[in-house]
Amino acid sequence: MTGRRTVIPFGPQHPVLPEPIHLDLVVEDEFVVEAIPSIGYVHRGLESLVDRREYADFVYLAERICGICSFTHSSTFCQGVEGLMDIEIPARANYLRTMWGEYSRLHSHLLWLGLFADSLGFESLFYNAWKIRESILNEFEATTGGRVIQGACKVGGVCRDVSNEFLSGMDKRLDDIETEMQEMTKVFLSDYTLKKRLVGKGILKPDDAYNLGAVGPVARGSGLAMDVRTSGYLAYGDIGVKPVTTSGCDGYARCEVRCKELFQSADLIHKIIVAMPDGDIATTVKGNPDGEYFSRSEQPRGEVVHYLRGNGTKYLAQLRVRTPTLTNLPSLVVMLAGAELADVPQLVLTIDPCIGCMER
Amino acid sequence: MSSAEKSPWILHYNASSCNGCDIEILAALTPLYDVERFGIINTGNPAHADIFVVTGSVNEQNKEVLKNLYDQIPEPKVVVAVGICAASGGVFRDCYNVSGGIATIIPVDAYVPGCSVRPEALIEGVVKAIGVLEKKRALFDNGGAK
Ligand code: SF4
Repeated sequence: MTGRRTVIPFGPQHPVLPEPIHLDLVVEDEFVVEAIPSIGYVHRGLESLVDRREYADFVYLAERICGICSFTHSSTFCQGVEGLMDIEIPARANYLRTMWGEYSRLHSHLLWLGLFADSLGFESLFYNAWKIRESILNEFEATTGGRVIQGACKVGGVCRDVSNEFLSGMDKRLDDIETEMQEMTKVFLSDYTLKKRLVGKGILKPDDAYNLGAVGPVARGSGLAMDVRTSGYLAYGDIGVKPVTTSGCDGYARCEVRCKELFQSADLIHKIIVAMPDGDIATTVKGNPDGEYFSRSEQPRGEVVHYLRGNGTKYLAQLRVRTPTLTNLPSLVVMLAGAELADVPQLVLTIDPCIGCMER
Repeated sequence: MSSAEKSPWILHYNASSCNGCDIEILAALTPLYDVERFGIINTGNPAHADIFVVTGSVNEQNKEVLKNLYDQIPEPKVVVAVGICAASGGVFRDCYNVSGGIATIIPVDAYVPGCSVRPEALIEGVVKAIGVLEKKRALFDNGGAK
């Protein structure tokens, strides 16, 4: 019945997408038969700059791979250089990085929940999520000076310390934020209309998720307990993390995972603040990186890998980043096949696409 | 003052930025900064827009898209370049796939510096752009004569 097939372009500029990605949707009546993604609208070629920027300066570029996961990118890159040079960073720096990493997960998930609500036409919920997110950004601004681009990480530690009094203040304020999030996630998880549009839509079976290499909340929404934080990098080994999983395999499940992870992150931050060790926040760094290193961490969207190769000079020979959105794209193609055309925008959002990261 | 100056609608496009400025543009629309109180609404349709808010350093693949969107916005229109990478390519200036700023493709009326910009700065930029829009409108109504 190929005569009834139509190709509908989706993107690169589309109201629900803050970032450009293009999909060719092959539809038969109202149903999507196939989705063909094409990318490249945000590709800058950032990795190629490693041979022209010193490794210590490149931290700030690594941070600008993406404005949402900015902190995680800079800490993953620093972790890589420190791995190459056998540097052990002070315990306090380790804990501060972990704390900021969890705050950025909170800000990223709240951002996503808001955009997701907006894609479903639920504007007041979008505003609510972003209102809560501002409280998180206030903490970033107070502790690092930046709202979305923080510049707080450096090779050998962190650039700024946070006083213990301020930390206990953050701890208290987080309780209030949690109460607000509780109210908000209740709507996400029990609203009739949201459920109607999400439950059973965009199915990704556990086998498919595994075989297609899904990561992060996409994998965990299909019941796979995959979370790099369980490998115990940074302070996660001391604090302990248990991946949040659900078995729904649909759009609702992925939303549920992110809602629950908000509270998991808040919980981790409480623990980190209690256990925060005293001492220096950075060690002196001497010499140049040499050798190869894979640096992995769990971004809000899933596993990110920075591959670094040094050659004994202050310029790295190579940097290669693999981001969660790229690995989740094959899963998206599977989710979209068979979906109704009207559901496409929110299904695209359920993988939490971050095109800035993906294309660099 | 015409309706467009009292309630200018903006179209936002990300022309290969890092996202940092884009999420700040969205933050400006949400309750804390709430540009909607000035009548500013974010639209997804270029034909409805008065102000084109662009972030990013522009690459080979999106320059046509950028040009296209610009052409689809009805006259008079103004362009606001947000972030240093929209102004000059910024930190990405030396990358191989970067043309170096919005002004290499379309004319820009207001620049908002910062990496990332702060929502306050963005609001100021848009308000400046409204001033330019008013002038362009007067010119437009006169059929191009001063
Ligand atoms: S100006 Fe800076 S923060 Fe803004 S999009 Fe460009 S690199 Fe990102």
